[in-house]
Amino acid sequence: MDYILPKNRSKLFNVIFLTTFSLLPAAAFAQSESTGDSGLFSLPGILITITLLIVPVVAAIFLLVVKANALFKNIQNRKDSEEATRFAAYLKTLNVEQLEALQNDRLHQDYHLNNQELSGPFSPEDSKGLLSSVNERANIRFIEAKRKAIVRPGIDPALSRLILWFLGTATFWLVFGTSVGEYVGIKFVAPDVDQVSWLSFGRLRPVHTNAVFWGWSSLAMLGLGYYVVPRVSNIQIHSLKSGWWSLILINASVVLGTIALMAGINNGGGEYREYIWPIQLLFGIGLVITLVNYLRTVARRKTTEIYVSNWYIVAAVMFAIVISIVAYVPNFQNGLGETIIQGYYMHQGVGMWFMLFTLGLVYYYLPQQLNKPIYSYSLGILAFWSQIFFYTLIGTHHFVFSAIPWSLQTVAIVGSAGMVIPVVSGTTNFIMTFRGAWHKVAGSYTLPFFIVGIIFYFTGSLQGTAEAFRSTNLMWHFTDFTVAHSHLTMYGIIAFFLWGGIYAIVPRLTRQEPPQITVGIHFWMAFIGMMFYTIPLMWGGTMRGLMWMEGLPFIESVTMMAPYWLWRAIGGSLMWVSHLVFAYNMYRMINPRKTVNINDEAIKKLHSKDYELVDILDK
Amino acid sequence: MMDFFNDYRKLYLTALGLFVLLTILVAIMPAISNQNNNSPLPSEEPLSAAALEGKALYVANGCVACHTQQVRNLDMDKVWGKRPSIAADYADEQRTDLWRNTATLMGTERTGPDLADVGNRQPSAEWNLLHLYQPRAVVAESIMPAYPWLFEEKAELEEGDVEVPVPDAFRKGVKGRIVATKDALNLVAYLQSLKQAELPGSMAPPEFLYKREEKATATTGSGEDLGLDGAALYAANCQSCHQASGEGLKGAFPPLKGSQIVLDDNPEVLIDVVMNGYDARPEFASMPAIGTNMKLSAAEVAAIINHERSSWGNSARKVPEEEVQKIMDLLKQSAQK
Repeated sequence: MDYILPKNRSKLFNVIFLTTFSLLPAAAFAQSESTGDSGLFSLPGILITITLLIVPVVAAIFLLVVKANALFKNIQNRKDSEEATRFAAYLKTLNVEQLEALQNDRLHQDYHLNNQELSGPFSPEDSKGLLSSVNERANIRFIEAKRKAIVRPGIDPALSRLILWFLGTATFWLVFGTSVGEYVGIKFVAPDVDQVSWLSFGRLRPVHTNAVFWGWSSLAMLGLGYYVVPRVSNIQIHSLKSGWWSLILINASVVLGTIALMAGINNGGGEYREYIWPIQLLFGIGLVITLVNYLRTVARRKTTEIYVSNWYIVAAVMFAIVISIVAYVPNFQNGLGETIIQGYYMHQGVGMWFMLFTLGLVYYYLPQQLNKPIYSYSLGILAFWSQIFFYTLIGTHHFVFSAIPWSLQTVAIVGSAGMVIPVVSGTTNFIMTFRGAWHKVAGSYTLPFFIVGIIFYFTGSLQGTAEAFRSTNLMWHFTDFTVAHSHLTMYGIIAFFLWGGIYAIVPRLTRQEPPQITVGIHFWMAFIGMMFYTIPLMWGGTMRGLMWMEGLPFIESVTMMAPYWLWRAIGGSLMWVSHLVFAYNMYRMINPRKTVNINDEAIKKLHSKDYELVDILDK
Repeated sequence: MMDFFNDYRKLYLTALGLFVLLTILVAIMPAISNQNNNSPLPSEEPLSAAALEGKALYVANGCVACHTQQVRNLDMDKVWGKRPSIAADYADEQRTDLWRNTATLMGTERTGPDLADVGNRQPSAEWNLLHLYQPRAVVAESIMPAYPWLFEEKAELEEGDVEVPVPDAFRKGVKGRIVATKDALNLVAYLQSLKQAELPGSMAPPEFLYKREEKATATTGSGEDLGLDGAALYAANCQSCHQASGEGLKGAFPPLKGSQIVLDDNPEVLIDVVMNGYDARPEFASMPAIGTNMKLSAAEVAAIINHERSSWGNSARKVPEEEVQKIMDLLKQSAQK
């Protein structure tokens, strides 16, 4: 079993890092040199200071240019007025003939056609309205004009209100949760930014994770689910009232959980089950209500088959209830029992709740946005069963090399390898659905979100498989590589798919499009931000693991990480700003905007009592 | 086949059944079996009342977000404990109370050091309190949060008060005396209680896997230098108190730079201090028996003291490993008498 990492291999790693990641040269050297003399530019304080210095310098340069321009204009004006005085003096010296000649010259120069030389004085017949409806106020096209959402009939306004509330509160939790995440990320660079107990790192970290899990992702999923489940069943939702109840309960759970965690009330430190049971119970009841509602809707469906989306969605809600019960029932949680259940819970939460539900949503929204059916129904079903079979096994891969039984660790690793089957079949299915419709991507503002989601569904999930093997676990476990991985998946897959779904249906529900330019800003900032967030953490995490394996002092691996943590904070800031933009887009889609249509308004005014013209019109 | 799945009851019950069955197999049954078939080692001491309170604070403040409590059976984890953690180490963990679950606190992130054996590695209460008040006062590069709210400011010390000797640079305008609250003392009591229990004589510890290639193979076999890095060993075992500069911290930890004990031609006292601790000078905190706790070998002790004797302007003769071994044997004998 003994495995010896060849020395030259770890050297090779270092060489690769040194050459490819020369953006952070000092960081790469920090591990071989002892202390002190690592480059000045790797120090976060220096980098922040430089950035802060650059801001006023740029502002100063801008002001300087404005000032110089004004000065130049001033001089030019003075010159011109001198020139004018000289010209006036010259004109005074001219005799009458010369002046007349000049006047004639001006008349000749000013002559132009009156545009009616060919048509004559009559206005043209325009029976098809081709000439009178020319839009002369077209915007300058900085961005590609995207296809607008087609309004679909038959959406119950009451259901639409419920969905919008789900999505609206989800947006709130996204902004709140990632604000906390951003702040927590800053604490890696500036640990003394505050020293308040309620805001300390250990308390805020679970606030962040739980808010984006149960607040943002879960509420957004359920909201989008309330659209899909009745639609593919070709029937109204069973009960709107219970939908409102689950909305209220889940929101209450996240509000109370957040306050409790900040106050220091924590269930036991196990990730994602930090809420104590009375609080998580509210979430659980919300899920049970939703399950009954979805099931009753599916039971009364008007279609013979149950569309594959509803396989995934209803199963995800059932499984989430099972997972919560297993996680909170106290009968088998003593000693290592707690750890085994923890491994099971945290990974089933991710894979059987978020991933399964979101895949169900994609099976509906992706074909809808491409306006063609899903490539293969059977592949979707294969992915469904294999996901259940393999994903359930992989929980304990978070505790490889720990004291839990070796055989259980092996089962988890084998299960992780088996995940290739559902991931590859799912990805193939989605990509093949795009076949022949790639041209639609450029004209759509939702499809790019789905493409990013599909790419990370493939890479992020397989990265998880790669991390589970014993040889890689050795290097990556306990490092920030895991943090990068969880963001690639929960953000790159889940959040991007949810955004795609939200941009797909909200304009259909409200008949209001988001501004395309801000959707573009949201997409690119979120995407680029995530790259800045995850890539440095993956490099840094790998280097950290290698340093540990070489037996270097632990604190050296902390100083080595500093620039990578700074990059993470920068990427996190981009992501965070993109969420503000997304919230603005939600506002623009939901809030009715009053635009004055001159014609309609004029007619309305004519009909009001202030105008006596009404009688004239009526006659 | 598709007809079967067109019945929503059959479809969802099949999926649920498969999921629940697998859940029972990979989670519930192993959990029950581990809960029932492990008991704590006979040498393990149960947590004191203070340590239990401290553990609750450890959970409440989310320390597990950055600190693991598990020594994996990997060679790289040797620095965190003398043996890999085993199921029995956690067998004692019970449900906290009606509201809160068991806190095994194994953790999944190691942003900070592992704490499974920190009670042996860093048992000094003085160090722990100062470190909690402001980690950067003792470890300049640390990014751990500071916990000043576990301390209070007092004009005069009262009986039983434990004052924390915070260096001026980190007092941030606090004029009075900085005193540890009950919470801080409880938390430190918990940290001090985190020790790997001794295995019964009959039981062999699990092996550390994935062994690192010995550096010794690279040396030419001069016999004198086994390739142990004294600076690294110093950083791992001594530096958090005596600092990288060897100057210690005024009022808390004595300097090694220019120290008579360190520079003495006869290294007996120095080795005694390293192995068995020291508490002779009231102006400084007491030093724990680091060498014995960490089971340092003669080669490691030699590397550490030779690093101390030749750094920061210190220059004393190099002590060969054989001499260290001899003194260590003598110390052991005198301790047994």
